[in-house]
Amino acid sequence: MTATTASGHPAQGSAADGRSSRGRGADGHPRRPRRAGRPSAVARSRAAPLLFLLPAFAVYAAFALYPLGRAAQFSLFEWRGFGSSTFVGLDNYADLAGDAAFRAAIGNALVLILFYAVIPLVVGLVLAAVLRRGQVRGMGVFRTVIFLPQVIALVVVAVAWRQIYSPVGPLNQLLDAVGLGALARGWLGDPSTALIAVGVIGTWIEMGLVMLLMLSGMSRIPQELFEAARLDGAGPVKEFFAIILPAVRGEITVALVLTIIAALKTFDLVYMTTSGGPGNSTTVPSYEVYFRAFDLREVGSASAVAIVLTVLIFAINVGVTRIGERES
Amino acid sequence: MRVSRAETTLNYVILLAFAAFALAPVLTILATSVSAPLGESGGLHLENFARAWTVGGFGRSLGNSAVVAAIVVSLATVLSIGSGYALGTMRFRGATVLFYLFLLGMMIPAEATVIPLFFDLRTLGLTDTYAAIALPQVAQSIAFGTFWLRAQFRAMPSSLLEAAALDGAGPVRALTRILVPASRPAIVTMLVLVFMWTWNEFLIALVMTPGGSLRTAPLGLATFQGQYTSETALLAAGAVIIALPTVILFLFLQRHFIRGMLEGVAK
Repeated sequence: MTATTASGHPAQGSAADGRSSRGRGADGHPRRPRRAGRPSAVARSRAAPLLFLLPAFAVYAAFALYPLGRAAQFSLFEWRGFGSSTFVGLDNYADLAGDAAFRAAIGNALVLILFYAVIPLVVGLVLAAVLRRGQVRGMGVFRTVIFLPQVIALVVVAVAWRQIYSPVGPLNQLLDAVGLGALARGWLGDPSTALIAVGVIGTWIEMGLVMLLMLSGMSRIPQELFEAARLDGAGPVKEFFAIILPAVRGEITVALVLTIIAALKTFDLVYMTTSGGPGNSTTVPSYEVYFRAFDLREVGSASAVAIVLTVLIFAINVGVTRIGERES
Repeated sequence: MRVSRAETTLNYVILLAFAAFALAPVLTILATSVSAPLGESGGLHLENFARAWTVGGFGRSLGNSAVVAAIVVSLATVLSIGSGYALGTMRFRGATVLFYLFLLGMMIPAEATVIPLFFDLRTLGLTDTYAAIALPQVAQSIAFGTFWLRAQFRAMPSSLLEAAALDGAGPVRALTRILVPASRPAIVTMLVLVFMWTWNEFLIALVMTPGGSLRTAPLGLATFQGQYTSETALLAAGAVIIALPTVILFLFLQRHFIRGMLEGVAK
């Protein structure tokens, strides 16, 4: 479902407690007068918190935590989705090491990270810096338009880009018109361009989200800082590296976590545009999970890929956040 | 602050270039959706939408999507208000551990849960039901909602609850009469985001409906693409129909989308 973004719930949250520390005491708990044993001013019974919490937790545990555990269990078996299963220990994981499709998926994901995370970061920083300097008419319109791809269903995005990339589509028409007709091709069907073609869609989706994240970081920079830099004769480039970049470190971390995960999880797009092909040239871990479980009927192997993907996502969350904290 | 003319021009060039990049696919699909379908001559073909609607069975899949979205949005919101209230305003043993467990849910990918959910629900005979499509998404949304509303309730001044206690309000009344009304913007943000995620969700809806009778709108479009590959005009019209609800919502409630997507995921 999100960004995932657009698709997929936000998958970030390592900085557990909100940044706002309003209403909290030194111990991090709500600053409320202590009344022995009472959960809160209005809740007298000790059971009250659990009664409010339980319904949500029950649904969450049954449909998220429990299945995650089951996936870990499935990954230790060989099973075709029906009939009996065989316990194989960690064999499914060991097999992944030499599995061409899985290795392609990881390799492709690394390339997609360039398009989903690195390029949008550069673009988003530049766009936000340009918008922040103001004196641009229609700032709101630019913001809305560039963010729009985030809210469009990925299935629809796929339909739109398939038409653009089609052998008779607008991209090839454009190339023809400027005399580059020799480059024209079916962009998603050609093994040498398919992955890049999917990557460009990722850049298109993510740049608006990154831009807005950067804008919100930049809005905290006091105006006087820019004016002082101006008086010292700093140009836009110097200003960018001396003032803006250090101020948005936190947002850069968040943007990288979100967009890297989006690159690993780009299921809808791949399913709708290329089905991982041609060959394995555009498959990604999340597509491998689906393809193995429901097309190849290798449920154990699919679960192993799913668990690897989950661990990767946790690691990226923790890792990128750690690096972000150390840098600042 | 003065900005030189050359720089202003360059700024506009950059912004216009990326705005054009962002809009090009949107305009392409809009243009295609009113273009001539197979075997017809040029001109504006608004009837594509009506034809796509019947040929692609979008009435039905949009209806399914609406039901799923209604279940997910209402259930996830009500349940998250409860859990956010407990974790945001009450002290009790195990609160921290429970909070981190919910937080974990924001990182669990649907890819990992969808396989066991499919096979276990199939065993129970529950695939191809609204519950099978909705409940996994309710669980995901509860992880986000608990996190989001806990922060919201926690940031409210404690005097509110103390005043409520003096008036003799119990925990339920304090929540429904005071905290929820005062948190309306945060709750609207949650409603909007959860609606968008649910409306656009693909993988869960795909896996949980092997029979195809409860196809949601995105799946309807995927099926349509598979069946009518060369009918680009109708396909584009169908795509526009499906994208419209979230895009309209976004244009009207932009503030909520942006606030939620930036703060909700950034904390």
